Amino acid sequence: MQKKYLSIFALALLGLTASAQDNVYPAASQKGVTIITHTTVHVGNGTTLTDASVAFENGKIIGVGNVAVPAGATVIDGTGKQVYPGLILPTSDLGLREISSGVRGSNDYAEIGENNANIRSIVAYNTDSKIIGVLRENGILLAGVAPQGELIEGQASVVQLDAWNYEDAAYKMDNGLYINMPSLMPRRGGRMAFMRPGPGGDPVKAAMEKIETLKQFFKDAKAYYQEKTHAANNLKLEAVRGLFDGKQKLFVRANEVKQILLAMDLATSFGFKLVIVGGTEAYQIADLLAENNVPVILDRQHALPSMEDDDVDQPYKTPAVLQKAGVLFCLNDTHDQSRFRNLAFNAGTAATYGLTKEQALSAVTLNAAKILGIEDKTGTIEAGKDANLLIVNGDLLDMKSSVIGQAFIQGRNVSLDNKCKQLYNRYKHKYQLK
Amino acid sequence: MRRIILSLLLLVIGATAFAQESFPINGVRDVRTGVYAFTNATIIQNEKTKIEKGTLVIKQGKIVAVGVTVEIPKEAIIVDCNGKFIYPSFVDPLTDYGANTPKRTAAGFNFGAAAQFGSNKAGAYNWNQAIKPEVNAVESFSTDDAVAMSFRNNGYGVVFTHVKDGIARGTGAVVTLASTNENNSILKSKAAQVFSFDKGTSTQSYPSSLMGSIALLRQTYLDAKWYATKPAAEGVNLSLEAFNANAGLPQIFVGDDKWSTLRADRIAKEFGTQYIIRGGDNGYQRIDELAKIKASYILGLDFPVALDVEDANDARFVSLAEMKHWELAPTNPAAFEKAGINFSFSAADMRDGKQFLSNLRKAVQYGLSETKALEALTKTPAQQIGVYDQVGSLEAGKLANFLITTEPIFNSNTKIIENWIQGNKYDVNASEWNNFAGKYKLTINNAGTKTDYTVEIKKDLSANVIGVDTLSAKISVSESLVKISFPEKKGRGAESIRLSGVIASGAWNGFGTDAKGGKLTWSASLTAPATAVVEEKKAAETVKLISKVTYPFVGLGNEIVPQQETILIKNATVWTNEKEGNLQNTDVLLKAGKISKIGKGLTEAGARVIDGTGKYLSPGIIDEHSHIGALSINEGAQSTTAEVRVGDNMNPEDINIYRQLSGGVTSSHILHGSANTIGGQTQLIKLRWGTTDEGLKFAGADPFIKFALGENVKRTTSTNNNRFPDTRMGVEEVLTDAFDKAVDYQKAMKANPTTTRRDLELEALTEIMNKKRFITCHSYVQTEITYAMRAIEKFNAQGYDFNINTFTHILDGYKVADKMKKHGSSAATFSDWFAYKTEVTDAIAYNAAIMHNVGVNTVINSDDAEMARRLNQEAGKIVKYGGVSEEDAFKMVTLNPAKALHIENKVGSIKVGKDADVVLWSENPLSIYAKSLYTIVDGTVYFDREKDAERSKQITAERTKLIQKMLGDKRAGMPTRPATPSTQILLECGDHDHNEDLNTIYESQKN
Repeated sequence: MQKKYLSIFALALLGLTASAQDNVYPAASQKGVTIITHTTVHVGNGTTLTDASVAFENGKIIGVGNVAVPAGATVIDGTGKQVYPGLILPTSDLGLREISSGVRGSNDYAEIGENNANIRSIVAYNTDSKIIGVLRENGILLAGVAPQGELIEGQASVVQLDAWNYEDAAYKMDNGLYINMPSLMPRRGGRMAFMRPGPGGDPVKAAMEKIETLKQFFKDAKAYYQEKTHAANNLKLEAVRGLFDGKQKLFVRANEVKQILLAMDLATSFGFKLVIVGGTEAYQIADLLAENNVPVILDRQHALPSMEDDDVDQPYKTPAVLQKAGVLFCLNDTHDQSRFRNLAFNAGTAATYGLTKEQALSAVTLNAAKILGIEDKTGTIEAGKDANLLIVNGDLLDMKSSVIGQAFIQGRNVSLDNKCKQLYNRYKHKYQLK
Repeated sequence: MRRIILSLLLLVIGATAFAQESFPINGVRDVRTGVYAFTNATIIQNEKTKIEKGTLVIKQGKIVAVGVTVEIPKEAIIVDCNGKFIYPSFVDPLTDYGANTPKRTAAGFNFGAAAQFGSNKAGAYNWNQAIKPEVNAVESFSTDDAVAMSFRNNGYGVVFTHVKDGIARGTGAVVTLASTNENNSILKSKAAQVFSFDKGTSTQSYPSSLMGSIALLRQTYLDAKWYATKPAAEGVNLSLEAFNANAGLPQIFVGDDKWSTLRADRIAKEFGTQYIIRGGDNGYQRIDELAKIKASYILGLDFPVALDVEDANDARFVSLAEMKHWELAPTNPAAFEKAGINFSFSAADMRDGKQFLSNLRKAVQYGLSETKALEALTKTPAQQIGVYDQVGSLEAGKLANFLITTEPIFNSNTKIIENWIQGNKYDVNASEWNNFAGKYKLTINNAGTKTDYTVEIKKDLSANVIGVDTLSAKISVSESLVKISFPEKKGRGAESIRLSGVIASGAWNGFGTDAKGGKLTWSASLTAPATAVVEEKKAAETVKLISKVTYPFVGLGNEIVPQQETILIKNATVWTNEKEGNLQNTDVLLKAGKISKIGKGLTEAGARVIDGTGKYLSPGIIDEHSHIGALSINEGAQSTTAEVRVGDNMNPEDINIYRQLSGGVTSSHILHGSANTIGGQTQLIKLRWGTTDEGLKFAGADPFIKFALGENVKRTTSTNNNRFPDTRMGVEEVLTDAFDKAVDYQKAMKANPTTTRRDLELEALTEIMNKKRFITCHSYVQTEITYAMRAIEKFNAQGYDFNINTFTHILDGYKVADKMKKHGSSAATFSDWFAYKTEVTDAIAYNAAIMHNVGVNTVINSDDAEMARRLNQEAGKIVKYGGVSEEDAFKMVTLNPAKALHIENKVGSIKVGKDADVVLWSENPLSIYAKSLYTIVDGTVYFDREKDAERSKQITAERTKLIQKMLGDKRAGMPTRPATPSTQILLECGDHDHNEDLNTIYESQKN
């Protein structure tokens, strides 16, 4: 299956230039019924079904388990294969940052200014990014896209990764406001501190002052909404209405315990739905997070421990600590040089260090869907949800066998080709390799 | 305050013994005898000799006689020192007192700024601004009484002073701390030459790293030697001239750290000299190594104060090592003494100079003998700076530099009363001179009615007046004036009787007012002096320490460094990397650090048996491209820095060594960064956790050097690059030019070996050309890969046949794999990196598979401290991307890097006779589910997953105890400092961002 698939593309690609990929087309809408039969289904909610079928029609899953093959259905024999929900990259700068280093023109992820409540990542999301195809190849079918900034970073959206333009891509627009919680670490600056410029004075005090400006902003917003008429339209205040009426979540980038606690205080004061993004030290207060129903998007697991005395594998073990405490969390992959593609393997690492494989899978599918507010549409292989799924030849979470055969977004059989594969084929041709 | 100092100064000058003959006097001469006799004192003549009831006679600033039976000259002013102690004043062997050290500009050195290639110092001096042996502190020295006073108050009489700036700092002078003019306070104009690794205020770009500083100093020694041959081409070089002139002086090196000490000593030994080393306060952590080098040391007494760990969140980010050092630092001097090392103390550069005496006493409390302590304050420093003939003990003919103290100097309440320097008195705690403790008879005459009281006065002047009642009195004494007040009777609201008077020759007389305001007179005299309270000294044994020294000195270090064992691994699946392939149910015996036997049913008496059932044994992972375990990585100040050596600045205490052992890594190739075309010499290490900097090195391996091409070396991210080259076209020419120069150098060396300047940079290049050193070249795009090969192949025509041994990064390698194969290069790349800079826009994860299939020796490396511990998984990705077989993929992190590094005869596979560098995995080593259970290097278990879990628990326990102890200090009112995070410092090559973690500070030395 896989080989055949590749060779078809190989033929199509001969003679392309190095800047190829322009012939990788977003798939057209699904027509009719497709059914994958006799396969192992990893539902995404912790359960697996063996020798099961998955049927989907017009983009929606219509049956999972023991499903009769509908007349006229396209049948995919799933014998020996594994079917997984499409992976969800919970937060990223995908489509906003193409080549970060040395090419300023390719960067649209960080706006200037302290308060950018009104800026929206979706409008700059570039569906023609060369990175997107590589993510599809690695099973990532949906992604959160968020701006970055000094304090109030702006509005995030969720996109599906097979689209002609950002309006096509939008899966859930403006699902949350991102805030960057200032660090409360009284940093000394290391051995070479004298060489790098830094803010003078007390960093903790400076952070607390910034948090105060955050609170003032939300107080002002509340007051503004009570005004019958406004002297002037305030884009920043208008932008956060969704937080107050519960349509949006507040995503706070916070890694230190103090940052997380202050984020919780902020959310509670205004009744916002909070999500912690980062959460390096979240394991220290896992019970508190569970008690207060605060979900966490963990930054990648493939990180070094915070302190030299910490367990050498602490970041690998953090998901298991959260799972045990009952915290809703999902995993992310923020590695800057592999550009998100190893999300499945971050889950694999979590499975090596305390999660079950199915729990680890939930951490990159269902849990992410819940946290992003899209669990009604995706995150598991269940009837009624979008047919966002993967057919994998081996274990999705283990790199040595994680080869994705086919992927479907909203039932559309999406291309797994990309510029990298095209270059691969181009040079296989040059060297006459098989 | 200012006026007081001034008047004191005038007083001193009036009484001084100095007479500077050449100076005109405004007024009339006022020359005095300057003869004093200090009698009845306990004189500590030197660290070994104590004279009870002794007399010290001084004349005109010098000691005339010391002893019990000493003739006191008639003209002597006699000072009765009954009950007092006299010590030689202390000598500080390393300060910058009065030397006018230039201040660092606030901004410091800025890597982002345009480069400064030459020295800014005008004149016929050295090419590098940080080399200034021509500086003589004596020329800029001016007395500074405020600073002098702070030294004097700590008991110092003489200091060595130098201009604390630069790598070669020139000479320092020995001066007294008397408030005389400069002319008379200088004892020795050029007493020693001083060095450091710190370029100080130099604004020149080079050196920008520790290894650059080391290379510069080594080159300077060579240049000086060469300059002595009077090379015509050099003209006059005042710096080198001075360097040679200073060679005969004592040589002091400011190391300030245990590893710096060893680094400095290696330079000294290389150039046949011996440094006196300012050793830092962490020497106790590696005392055996410090003893071995037979240096004499200068130690500080600036012990860290407790951290304020009240806030658990803040305490979380303080490392155990920092806490342990807080507890153990006061044991440092005792450790030096125990190891038989000669050392002195310096009070310079303390955060709080007032802590000097208390820290000195703390050192004694923590095990330092008083004899050694005194020697370290007097004789040793005087010897180090060559003035023991003048100071450092109390002997006739030496300077009259001595202290008068209330009690033995090491007792906790002892005060220095006076510090005499060159025969001049400086009050330190003048009020301590008199001890009024004792019983007095007080008689008050109130209009003819005499009332007698008994007054009991304690040393601190708290007193009771005993008449009808026992009444608490207030007494204050100022010079010879005394005030006493006490209540008329017991009870609240009693009115006070106030007396005021003068103390003259033991008799107290004066007048006062009674409770009703009536006038009275009074007198008092001593009836019984107080018996001296002998202070109970806390014995050294009473200091209970929680911390132990571990190797390395970090939380995850070991008290005992792991030792080589005979190990028999039974019944494992063995991935040999040899033609036998993967063997099932096989035993492997490790003995004497080598793989001794491979087979079934092996037995070995006395061997430690590890059950490998269901587990996988593989050769240790070799990381071809890493930047761990070093203190600096990039010397980017010039485009060619072949002279710098990563191996000069290893940091064996980098926690990432241990973390990578946990990921099955046994050897790492530590590369210079990619800031310049011809970077520095690399260092291959074995991950021997707990060893020294030298102990890390992989013995017998071919040496390598790092080259780099592309964006980094043309400084793409710099907005104001002024360093050639700025394009790939220029990079190619830098390569050609470098080897052109090397060819000429080699010819010149051959023709005139004695007169040709030995150039460390060109020497390294000739090593490459003669295949004694090998290139590993950072590269990305196909143009540069090709031109680098061609630039080097051009030298074939001149009879050289060296090549580019390894292309590293090489993400475009798949485009020119055939050319690389033909050139004979290995390729060391990443599995799946892409899209982080322009030159990797064509990077593909299938790169390794293509290069491998074309026949290039292909390696997967980390260049990243985090990913290095998952290199087995990175190899697993090559199965995914391109379908390379599991065996071949695993070789990319074991045997293939061994081949690329020319060590495949030692490591890289499981074969009898190879080094016992192996890993026992829980699963197929290419799987994400695989964990290293044991990582073994040279037959020594450096990582044991079960032991690691235990150690983690111990760390928590140790931290808790130390936090409690620090809190105890805080509650006891001792000083604390804020618990700022102990940051982890990761060096990066300057190519890309590295895997972050919460508390890491990156020291990118991107130029």
